[in-house]
Amino acid sequence: MLEVRNLAYEVVENGEKITIVKDINFSVEDGEMLVITGPNGGGKTTVAKLLMGVLSATGGKLLLDGVDIAPMAIDERAKAGIGYAFQQPPIFKGMTIRRLLNLAAGEELSEDICCELLSSVGMCAREYLDREVDATLSGGERKRVEIATVLAKQHKLCIFDEPEAGIDLWSFSMLVKEFEKIHKEKKETLVLISHQEKIIRMADRILVIKDGTVDRCGAAGEILPLLFGGEDSCACINRKGGNGYGVGCDNK
Amino acid sequence: MELDAITNKVLDAIDTNGFKQQGAYNLRYNGAALCHGDSENIRIRRKEDKQGIDVYISSKAQGEQVHIPVVISQSGMMDVVYNDFYIEESADVVIVAGCGIHNSGCNETRHDGIHAFHVGKNAKVVYEEKHYGEGEGTGENILNPVTQIYMEEGSMFTLDTVQIRGVDSTKRITDVDMGPESRLFVMEKLMTHDKQTAVSNMEVRMNGEGSSAQIISRSVAKGTSSQTFHPSAVGNALCKAHVQCDAIIMDHAHVCAIPEIDAHDVDAQIVHEAAIGRINNEQLLKLRSFGMKEEEAEAVIIDNFLQ
Repeated sequence: MLEVRNLAYEVVENGEKITIVKDINFSVEDGEMLVITGPNGGGKTTVAKLLMGVLSATGGKLLLDGVDIAPMAIDERAKAGIGYAFQQPPIFKGMTIRRLLNLAAGEELSEDICCELLSSVGMCAREYLDREVDATLSGGERKRVEIATVLAKQHKLCIFDEPEAGIDLWSFSMLVKEFEKIHKEKKETLVLISHQEKIIRMADRILVIKDGTVDRCGAAGEILPLLFGGEDSCACINRKGGNGYGVGCDNK
Repeated sequence: MELDAITNKVLDAIDTNGFKQQGAYNLRYNGAALCHGDSENIRIRRKEDKQGIDVYISSKAQGEQVHIPVVISQSGMMDVVYNDFYIEESADVVIVAGCGIHNSGCNETRHDGIHAFHVGKNAKVVYEEKHYGEGEGTGENILNPVTQIYMEEGSMFTLDTVQIRGVDSTKRITDVDMGPESRLFVMEKLMTHDKQTAVSNMEVRMNGEGSSAQIISRSVAKGTSSQTFHPSAVGNALCKAHVQCDAIIMDHAHVCAIPEIDAHDVDAQIVHEAAIGRINNEQLLKLRSFGMKEEEAEAVIIDNFLQ
């Protein structure tokens, strides 16, 4: 179980303290899928980076199965069972896709397993295995390889930052199926940052982040109508408080 | 012939194909030929007028290898060797060279290998050259290779050079003359550390119509080491070339890349690109998200960059 308590992140620029996110509270049960959504620039990716340790929180607690992982470095969090797919994956000159998958898995994978991983993200596998993870891959291809690196290993918690970004419709459908499969098996807890309705509708719980803080948080059944049905979705996201989904919401 | 442990260790480092006293081979050890063998299609002859060998590769050599490593374990040795390769029409051969110095003394040890390749019509040559230095001594290890390549019509030459560690100073000179429809691939990989210096000057002259060249240099500079690359692609006819220099710079190192393109024909298409930068923080974070410590991630990035 992941519990996030009063998570905050501040930076100092020109001697002035700037709050990027604050008072972030939520929890995700084992095997659940949480989708974090909200307007651009609201702080979703910052929250994801704070969960993985790409950024270090300046306040709050992050409990993974009761252990505070906030003081841990990114590699220690990986060892604690967190997998992370970056929104903008880096390129690695000289490194083949096969090698990157092996590094992600922490072991030498067979060619068949590498192919399965790439197929699951919509890539015609074998022809890609010995390609370099460099600028010759398109943004969408790099993104799909990035997702495959997280799928290469069993994690307690997988975080995907906008997995749909830059991916074509066909690959997106494959990806959705893969998330559905993981979700159905309940072996891994999923946290996805997404704007895609199809992904948001798969969630057990939805967290809406706006202006660096929680705007809405709750079970999908409660949040979905506010986002997509009935009332105007923008108005719902903008409205704070009410219905028990205000700042600092917790799903307990 | 039984080789000692140091020689075997150095050979393992410079000949990753595995040096064997079989087929065509010549092992130069401390300035003299220690052992050599011919194959049916490849003959190796000692030069009469100076140090070095002539290697004759017949058209019948198809997919054969010839190994000509150099090992120096005598501190203070200054070794200059001239090797000439005559590759007949349509031959297909892999030439594995390389030099390793084990310097356990305080004297400068140096090897200058001057290699000339006469590549016949439609012949295919892969030339692998690894340079390496080791030893507990304080003497410098210096390697100055000169590579001259003369390519006839339709021939193909792959030059794969690697200098990974232990070479305090190197000055490389590579000169290539290309005939019609010939193809050249150059992959130069280099890592320097501490106070090491490396200079690589290359001139590829595409003289024949339809010739093409791809020149790629990848390097990592650590410590206070210094590297200078100056590859030049000269188009004297309808030709295509791509020159690329990529370097990772670390610590207080210095890297200078000067890719030069020089066209003397309106149908010459020559492109160059050069990039020098530190290890990207995103790359480190990605590998650390697999559970690696920062130093491990850095080593993986460098290792793969130089692959």
